Amino acid sequence: MELLTTLFSVSLGAILVNNFIFAQFLGICPFMGVSKKVDTALGMGVAVIFVMGVASAVCWPINNYILIPNKLVFMQTVTYILVIASLVQFVEMFLQKAVPTLYQALGVYLPLITTNCAVLGVVLQNTQNSYDFITSVVYGITGGIGFLIAIVLFASVRERLDVTMECPKAFEGFPIALITAGLLALAFMGFSGLKVV
Amino acid sequence: MNVKQQLKEGLITQNPVTVQLLGMCSVLAITTTLFNGIGMGLSVLVILTLSNIFISLLRNIIPSKVRIACYIVVIAGFVTMVDLFLKAFVHALSESLGLFIPLIVVNCIILGRAEGFSSKNGVAASALDGVFQGLGYTMVLVIMCIIREFLGNGTFGGGILNGGEGVRILPESIPALGMILPVGGFLTLACVIAAMQYFLSKPKKTEKKEEVAK
Repeated sequence: MELLTTLFSVSLGAILVNNFIFAQFLGICPFMGVSKKVDTALGMGVAVIFVMGVASAVCWPINNYILIPNKLVFMQTVTYILVIASLVQFVEMFLQKAVPTLYQALGVYLPLITTNCAVLGVVLQNTQNSYDFITSVVYGITGGIGFLIAIVLFASVRERLDVTMECPKAFEGFPIALITAGLLALAFMGFSGLKVV
Repeated sequence: MNVKQQLKEGLITQNPVTVQLLGMCSVLAITTTLFNGIGMGLSVLVILTLSNIFISLLRNIIPSKVRIACYIVVIAGFVTMVDLFLKAFVHALSESLGLFIPLIVVNCIILGRAEGFSSKNGVAASALDGVFQGLGYTMVLVIMCIIREFLGNGTFGGGILNGGEGVRILPESIPALGMILPVGGFLTLACVIAAMQYFLSKPKKTEKKEEVAK
């Protein structure tokens, strides 16, 4: 029962209260780059959920059974980024063979996940908070869900924005998108009071 | 080699943050006090310069198929060095930047310069490029920090001046706390980029004035 409560509070935190985009500023680059259309945003979000979950699951045993016993903790960043890069490469090859339709839909965004700081961020946070294996994986997956929600909401606003908005010339394009994101962040601040005891 | 042009590109016309739109995460997240901004800017400057030099030296050895992975390993090595250095000697900075020091590894500015510049140019030019792009990044961070700290906290130079408290300009009841929360980050960056776009779209004579003003 206690485990369930922990998992629930971790998930709630990752999805709403400490949303990776709006509260922690992790993964802003793909958030801004891949949010012009809802479809691609959705694909990107799903791919990120998957990679974040698997990366958490793979990095936990590496950290606890290889790095810590051998006193190699200072190598953490290098190891994690290598794991993530090869994982993304592996996922790419697997999807290309097994699910070609999804592979084509994700296209160029798949390799971009390597440099998504949310992925490295979630793994580093797992280590910092010394989560156990299950909590780490749940935190990874729910963090990804938080990312998905944020990017899909943002993309749907942005789709309408391009059609209907008139704004000062200097604000056209990127700045107005940032303002939109700021207002969404303001909305997400409303969740900051949520807490599971 | 054209030093002046490189400097101008790094600071204004090809500024990594406001024009190339790279490395947003750290710009938004850590610009709450001047101390954080300068510390983060200098860390990135050092890592960017070192990795540019190193990658430029290795540019003929690295096979082009696995180049991205090679770049990331080089960058991660330098980031680890800086991370350990900060932990040992500037602990307050390492504490307040936290996760964002190791996350420099995935800062697109560094990978972008490795791929776009130092893998094609000589060592000296790459080193200069690293310094100037790093300066451009630091400049934006400092501007953001000053604005956000002033509006959100009413102080100037937090973390450095006045025993870490910063010099108080506005009385405590006036500042809008929202400006140092995530919301303020998005709004301030939007305004900074909009200002930059406004000045860059003007004819050339006024551009020089802007350079002086900054």
